[in-house]
Amino acid sequence: MALEFRNVTKKFTTNAGDRLTAVSDVSFRVDEGEFVSVVGPSGCGKSTILSMTAGLYQPSDGEVLVSDAAVTGPNAHVGFMLQKDLLLPWRSIISNIEFGLEARGVAKAERRARAMKELEHCQLAGFDSHYPYQLSGGMRQRAALARTLAIDPEIILLDEPFSALDAQTKLLLQNSFAGTIAKTGKTTLLITHDLVEAVLMSDRILVLSERPGTVVAEIKVDLPKRDRPIERRVMPEVSDYAAQLFKHLKLEEKAA
Amino acid sequence: MTDTTQAVAGRSAPAAKAPASKGTRPMRLANPLYASLGLLVLVLLAWEFLPPALDVPKFIIPTLTDCLAELSRMWAFEGLLGHFLSTALYTVLGFAIGSLLGAVLGYLLGMSEFWEKVLSPYILALQIAPKVAFAPLFIMWFGYNAMPKLLVTVLIVFFPVLVNVLQAMRTVDRDLVNLARAYNLGRLGVFWKVEMPSTLPNLMAGLRIASTLAVIGVTVGELVGGNTGLGFLISYGGGQANAAMVFNAILLLTVIGYALYFALVKIETRVLHYLPRAEH
Repeated sequence: MALEFRNVTKKFTTNAGDRLTAVSDVSFRVDEGEFVSVVGPSGCGKSTILSMTAGLYQPSDGEVLVSDAAVTGPNAHVGFMLQKDLLLPWRSIISNIEFGLEARGVAKAERRARAMKELEHCQLAGFDSHYPYQLSGGMRQRAALARTLAIDPEIILLDEPFSALDAQTKLLLQNSFAGTIAKTGKTTLLITHDLVEAVLMSDRILVLSERPGTVVAEIKVDLPKRDRPIERRVMPEVSDYAAQLFKHLKLEEKAA
Repeated sequence: MTDTTQAVAGRSAPAAKAPASKGTRPMRLANPLYASLGLLVLVLLAWEFLPPALDVPKFIIPTLTDCLAELSRMWAFEGLLGHFLSTALYTVLGFAIGSLLGAVLGYLLGMSEFWEKVLSPYILALQIAPKVAFAPLFIMWFGYNAMPKLLVTVLIVFFPVLVNVLQAMRTVDRDLVNLARAYNLGRLGVFWKVEMPSTLPNLMAGLRIASTLAVIGVTVGELVGGNTGLGFLISYGGGQANAAMVFNAILLLTVIGYALYFALVKIETRVLHYLPRAEH
């Protein structure tokens, strides 16, 4: 078991002093090597789930387990990526990829070797001595993925990493991420608001309700080619899955 | 792989366009450099010929040739080189000490919200107080030597550097800091690997402002007291109604400030090479 949420509830106290329940009684499991997406209306606590997995804060109730151990703080098992690439502009791409390894006592030569390997995994070979401003948005996100993979995490958390990109770049990047992740066999949790993206990239999709977020549906995506979203895209079943998600999110009722 | 080739193509496209635009550049008559030089020649000519034509006496506005003659006299009989070097030395020294102190305090306060809040009203007060007004006080305390002008310079240079660094430390990207923490970096690691490099552009901007102020600090120090430096020559020349000497001293002070400023710009382009630069 790579990741498990056991009856997790998270309450916040807002600045106004009100108690706010972000997620309530969320339970799910993610198996090793699985790619699971979380979709839901905005403000349903998608990012709360991600932050609790990363150990940035603790659940109010219940337990979050990564590799069967309760998460108590930021840890080496989890690598996360945001919409922003967060590359350090003053570092070359290769030394950006090494960044996560530096505080872990990895020797310099080995750091460079591991970073070079991830650079190739992410199809950035030859761009090692470039600086972030010289790369396109899509390439920067791939460099950020390489940095995340370099620390060899057990789980990769992706928080809408494609949402700031144009449609074509997004498609190519989804494809490249899916290929890289499939090759490394990493367990992945993707937070997204793009329903088609969830269908194209996942083995399984969790649908959250409005706040307080709770899992209202779990959809197994029974389609081949998880590592090639571009090929999955043309399969007729994709729109059926998207329609299912649509229904679970009650989007039609809201539009009426 | 497709994406890589796309990027390579994207980089070569502007390169292919560049020769075309380069070809048209020498044809342009409105080159700013030529216009700038033309303006200089115009001003120098006006300076040389307008005052005599308007019957303005030499002790009010000396002409260009008067100033050049006075310059060689100052070189030969007033020990101009010594005065120039003294002023240049204390400008650089005061700038170095003042900006070092400003940067160090800026970073320390940037790392401690508590001390920043404790000290900020006093820093603001000192920043508002006109630093040059401290010069007579420093002369009373330290006498007619180089110390007062050094102190005025340090004081005047200190604040723009401090304020710029402090401001930059407050606006470091929180997500970057969180990322560094998630990668197990400690407080010092976060400072050296994220905060310090993030604030470099602001530090450099502060240093540039400070370099122009350093000349003012030294000049005021020399004007108020002492018997060396270009500032001293200004008050000495003024006392003798030798306007050409004052003109020359002002020009040389400007040269010192200019040199310091451009040295900093050179350093800045090297240090901040990773920032995309707007071309023209």
